Amino acid sequence: MATVTAAPATRAAGRGLTQRQVEAVLGWVFALPYVIHFLVLDVGAILFAFGLSFFETDLLTGFKFMCAPPVNDCFDNYRYLFTEEPLFYKALTNTALYTFISVPLATTLALLIAVLLNQNIKGQGIFRTLFYMPALVTGVAVAIVWLMVLQPDYGISALVFNFFGLKSPGWFWSEEWALPGLMLISLWGAGTNMLLYLAGLQSVPTQLQEAARIDGANSVRVFFSITLPMLTPTILFNVITNMIASFQIFTSSFVLTNGGPNNATITMVLLLYRKAFQNFHFGYASSIAWVLFMIILVLALIVFRSSNRWVYYEGGLRR
Amino acid sequence: MSAIAAYRARPMSAERLGRVFWRGLIYVLTVVLAVIFTFPFFWMVSSSVKPPSEIMAMPPKWIPSTIVLSSYVSPFTNLPFLLFYRNTVFVTLMGMLGVLLSSSLVAFAFARMRWPGRDKFFILMLATLMVPNHVTLIPTYVFYSKLDWINTFLPLLVPEWTGSPFIIFLMRQYMMTIPLEMDDAARIDGCGWFRLYSRIIVPLSWPVIGVAAIYSFTYHWNAFERPLIYLNRLELFTVPLGMAVLKSRYSTDFGAMMAMATVSIIPVLIVFFLAQRYFIQGVVVSGVKG
Repeated sequence: MATVTAAPATRAAGRGLTQRQVEAVLGWVFALPYVIHFLVLDVGAILFAFGLSFFETDLLTGFKFMCAPPVNDCFDNYRYLFTEEPLFYKALTNTALYTFISVPLATTLALLIAVLLNQNIKGQGIFRTLFYMPALVTGVAVAIVWLMVLQPDYGISALVFNFFGLKSPGWFWSEEWALPGLMLISLWGAGTNMLLYLAGLQSVPTQLQEAARIDGANSVRVFFSITLPMLTPTILFNVITNMIASFQIFTSSFVLTNGGPNNATITMVLLLYRKAFQNFHFGYASSIAWVLFMIILVLALIVFRSSNRWVYYEGGLRR
Repeated sequence: MSAIAAYRARPMSAERLGRVFWRGLIYVLTVVLAVIFTFPFFWMVSSSVKPPSEIMAMPPKWIPSTIVLSSYVSPFTNLPFLLFYRNTVFVTLMGMLGVLLSSSLVAFAFARMRWPGRDKFFILMLATLMVPNHVTLIPTYVFYSKLDWINTFLPLLVPEWTGSPFIIFLMRQYMMTIPLEMDDAARIDGCGWFRLYSRIIVPLSWPVIGVAAIYSFTYHWNAFERPLIYLNRLELFTVPLGMAVLKSRYSTDFGAMMAMATVSIIPVLIVFFLAQRYFIQGVVVSGVKG
């Protein structure tokens, strides 16, 4: 941000503005597209969402303010969500389970692959591409491919389980296996994190590892005492971003199971989507969005606050 | 976990044996994982060209006995998939163009110009990245519906043409690394701010523009949620929406679903292989995807 150069304070001929003033005005002009975006689509929208959560509206028959009669309870949307919404706790549990199981698993898997690829293996580039490819194709196409892979009667799942003499789980066709099925899909997308870990691994200074080896540490010890601590900033970053993304899981559950069977895969965003865009309770849905926002914020803060216990910054920053 | 398993003085043969064992284990594990990761792709392509009787065969036919392309034809006749592709290409290209033009200009202002409030505004912009999309989803929907923009591509494109905070951030970080002497030299030669942007900084920023273009391409090509909300007429659908319709209407026609998944993935893979370096660099630099 150090754009300090000597400012020629000469007046632009005939315009009455110094060059610095021209620059100041033009700076805002160039930034104008995003200024509009920021005011309307970010700040405006966030405040509007908060305000809207105290109203009820289907956008056609006007806005009903919750603080005014007949409701007389400003927090009626929130009250209903926490006390009467039949699917709220189910959605929250599913989303939390999905996040707290798939994020650690995906982190471990991505780390494992990155470590394997970092062992100077032949064809590292090709393997890297193969592992990254699934992460490229997110969304509906992936969901549909997994629908077939996990088909319990003639999918790959059936083949694998039959091989061990077992019966394949019903995955998206059964209540208890549908959510694990979604977790499995998320593991397939571990490639992005893998790339980040690989980049992180390659920037770990080799002198430290060599020094440890000379001191007699074996490979496992070197990994857990040197390499892994040096990777913790990357791990922290991935865990936080994955957690935020996982809490907003929508596409796969919407496309594959639409929250079923028997609400086994209903998630927070799916609930929000139904309330807003299928039942047209936009005020109520805004209150769901705010609750989701607060949960994500608190979780991110908890992970972040915990980080000074387990994240090691080589450059300092440690108190 | 590396090849240097046994450094201390041990009999030569044991040391070599340990090494070979470790290397072998690493390769076996890598290959097994790679097979698991790529298998769904193989299964997808193979199922898309199988005759219908073999798609649901158990034990499965890995390689189809004959190659049948009917799965690739039926979705295009049952649903207007050609139109879905036209819509997706349009939204993707316009979205990319918009986000690259606007974000590079804003990033230029952040990186190369001095204006009051710049740094505070930059921090505020970064703060918006922390807010989940779903908080702003409903208000922006209300906003666009009041403008009567539902069932147009505008709600998908306007946020791009006004600059994406993430891409502005990415570009700004890169532009900060270009020496300021460039600007001074150009300014002394009488170059205006816009020309400095378009003739000097943009050409020097190609690598980051490439990263942003690819990021934006995959985002729009795979986008599902916003199109789902804003586009309610079949003739406006994008490919992911079309595939969701295919899945709900022809839920037993796995051949057609796999064929359409294959077709939709191919452009992304082509772009990926053409610009692999940018892709990986982009992921590593930004650390964020989708």
